[in-house]
Amino acid sequence: MAMITRVKQREIAQLIAKGKRLDGRGLKDYREIKVEQGIIERAEGSARVLLGKTEVMVGVKIETGQPFSDTPNEGVLTVNAELVPLASPTFEPGPPDENSIELARIVDRGIRESKAIDLEKLCIEPGKNVFVVFVDVYVLNHDGNLIDASAIAAVTALLNTKMPNYEVEEGQVKIKPGYVPLPVRKHPITVTFAKIGEKLIVDPGLDEEQVMDARISMAVDDDANICAIQKGGSGYFSPQQVLEAAQIAKEKSEEIRKKLGWR
Amino acid sequence: MSQKSTKLIDKKGLRLDGRKPDELRQIKIDVGILSNADGSAYIEQGKNKILAAVFGPKELHPKHMALPDRMVLRCRYHMAPFSVQERKSPAPSRREIELSKVIREALEPSIFLEYYPRTGIDIFIEVLQADGSTRCASITAASLALADAGIPMRDLVAACSAGKVDDTIVLDLMDTEDKMGEADVPLAFMPNLNAITLLQMDGQLTLEEFEKAVNLALDGCKKIYTLQKEALKAKYVSFKEAEE
Amino acid sequence: MPTFFERKQLVVPGDLIAEDGYIAGENTYAEGKRIYASRIGLVDYENKKVNVVALRAFYIPKVGDIVIGTVTEIGFNGWTVDINAPYQALLRASDALSRPFRPQKDDLSQVLDIGDLIVAKITAYDRAHNPQLTVAEPGLGKITRGQIIKITPTKIPRVIGRKGSMISMIKQETGCQIILGLNGVILITGKTPEDEQLAIMAINKIEEESHTSGLTDRITQMLKEVKEKRGVN
Repeated sequence: MAMITRVKQREIAQLIAKGKRLDGRGLKDYREIKVEQGIIERAEGSARVLLGKTEVMVGVKIETGQPFSDTPNEGVLTVNAELVPLASPTFEPGPPDENSIELARIVDRGIRESKAIDLEKLCIEPGKNVFVVFVDVYVLNHDGNLIDASAIAAVTALLNTKMPNYEVEEGQVKIKPGYVPLPVRKHPITVTFAKIGEKLIVDPGLDEEQVMDARISMAVDDDANICAIQKGGSGYFSPQQVLEAAQIAKEKSEEIRKKLGWR
Repeated sequence: MSQKSTKLIDKKGLRLDGRKPDELRQIKIDVGILSNADGSAYIEQGKNKILAAVFGPKELHPKHMALPDRMVLRCRYHMAPFSVQERKSPAPSRREIELSKVIREALEPSIFLEYYPRTGIDIFIEVLQADGSTRCASITAASLALADAGIPMRDLVAACSAGKVDDTIVLDLMDTEDKMGEADVPLAFMPNLNAITLLQMDGQLTLEEFEKAVNLALDGCKKIYTLQKEALKAKYVSFKEAEE
Repeated sequence: MPTFFERKQLVVPGDLIAEDGYIAGENTYAEGKRIYASRIGLVDYENKKVNVVALRAFYIPKVGDIVIGTVTEIGFNGWTVDINAPYQALLRASDALSRPFRPQKDDLSQVLDIGDLIVAKITAYDRAHNPQLTVAEPGLGKITRGQIIKITPTKIPRVIGRKGSMISMIKQETGCQIILGLNGVILITGKTPEDEQLAIMAINKIEEESHTSGLTDRITQMLKEVKEKRGVN
């Protein structure tokens, strides 16, 4: 199940050289994206994304805590990812391995570098008390491209996150009734490419990931700025392929933002 | 976002350490400096001081980690507690784990892994002092350590960062520029195959700015590649000169 | 048919040595029509074949090679031997005993124990299996005295010298017996530890300066000078 046969590898590579993919998609086509929000009531924000058969759930929890010493006026964002064993025969139980750490950090950078959350609005008492936004990415089924699915789920979850209303009275934080939405001002989208032969394909499925030379993910914000890039895998890209991917990433991110109703 | 009070580029267009935007920091490289490792290299780039060592190829233990048709590369990027301003805990951080992975993936394409199945190579990188773009300097040193160990390679891998500070695209970021600038683009390159083996980015860049940064980083890599070759040959060339 | 490096010039991995009309030999590889070096070493041409004599490399077993190794493990029907290669070697009891092996009666540790040094020959090796050894031939077997040093295996030919000139000279000047393992491990047995040290010094110098010329004369010179200092004639 986990191993891919040589016959299938060749089949995939040959099709792609001709501009086609095993499931009939074009090289620049995403699989169907389905999004659900607010499904976990105990979380302050949540989302579930299906990208083809890849399934990722994200829960957002808000707590209070100390800010970082070099940003005393800003709230704290922290992203964690779990490759839950039931999601794939290749995921083992245990502490986060390099793959889940990399996934978490890529999703984190997309949100952080695009300044999607207005962290200054999360300051309660400068230097002492700020809101801490915990984004937990939970991969439930691995059928390729965990990065893009997780990134969409994370931003969706943040968009429906409600923060407690509060008041500072005599140095004490008092929670008032009612909620305010988390101040999210940008909608970064991450586009992941796989290189198979000399071709770039978008949104690789699991079997394509098993055949690819390398992958590269690019996060683009609403203003067409690139905010984060991560090359992965033990292959390489030519400079021309990198620039080509950046152009496609810009186009696809706009397309997806519109599809999700974020535009 | 806190107000930037420090100017990173002055009126004369020079950076905090006096460099021009497209200038590399001072680089010093020594190869073969550790007697126990199969291969080793030491690099100083600006204030960065980084040691890389290679052990192998050797049979992998535990055996189930070995692959039947190729070598396995293991890489550990680690920062010494005293390498940074605020003491860093010796325990591997999430950042070190991620960097260990991307550095390994930057070096793998350069090695003929299929030559020695069922074996493994260990690469250890110790950052003794850090001042920005340590993953790039680490790759530069590790690639030399691999050559020093006699591992058959397609090419050396040279790495360099580019970025944006004070609206200017600059080469080889130091720590202050990375922390306070607008973008950081670390890149590793194998010239023979025109191959980018490491590419990351964080910050905000338009597509044009990104293209400029990539091209500047590639230039930096090509210069560093020349320095790498000189460093490898230096051990042997000095003998030839002494002879004549 | 351009070449970019001449014979005996130093190349490093990734150096373009020749293009158009050449074939890739030792420690080189072809990318299209171009031949690149894959290891640090000196260029050598065999007609159209480009070789690099590596200055830094590890030993890869070859059937027929004489090697010197250390016993690291005792198994139920043989020993595991470290031959300074990426792969551990196996010496089966049947290739070490002069009679059939009887698992119930024979205690292998009595024949060869962990830590013992042996001179052996490689009888089998391929991509899917670890190298196999034998000591059941004349000149092979357990080493009981002498000193061991290790050098880069590709420099063993330099220690031998043209038609054995270098190794004969060293043996003569130091009065030592020297067995050269093709895996880079060398056994030196002399009348005194000082004589052995002399041979070790000579071999270390050869390793460091193997890429230079006039080495045989310089080593001879060095040995004579050191012996004079010691007052040995």
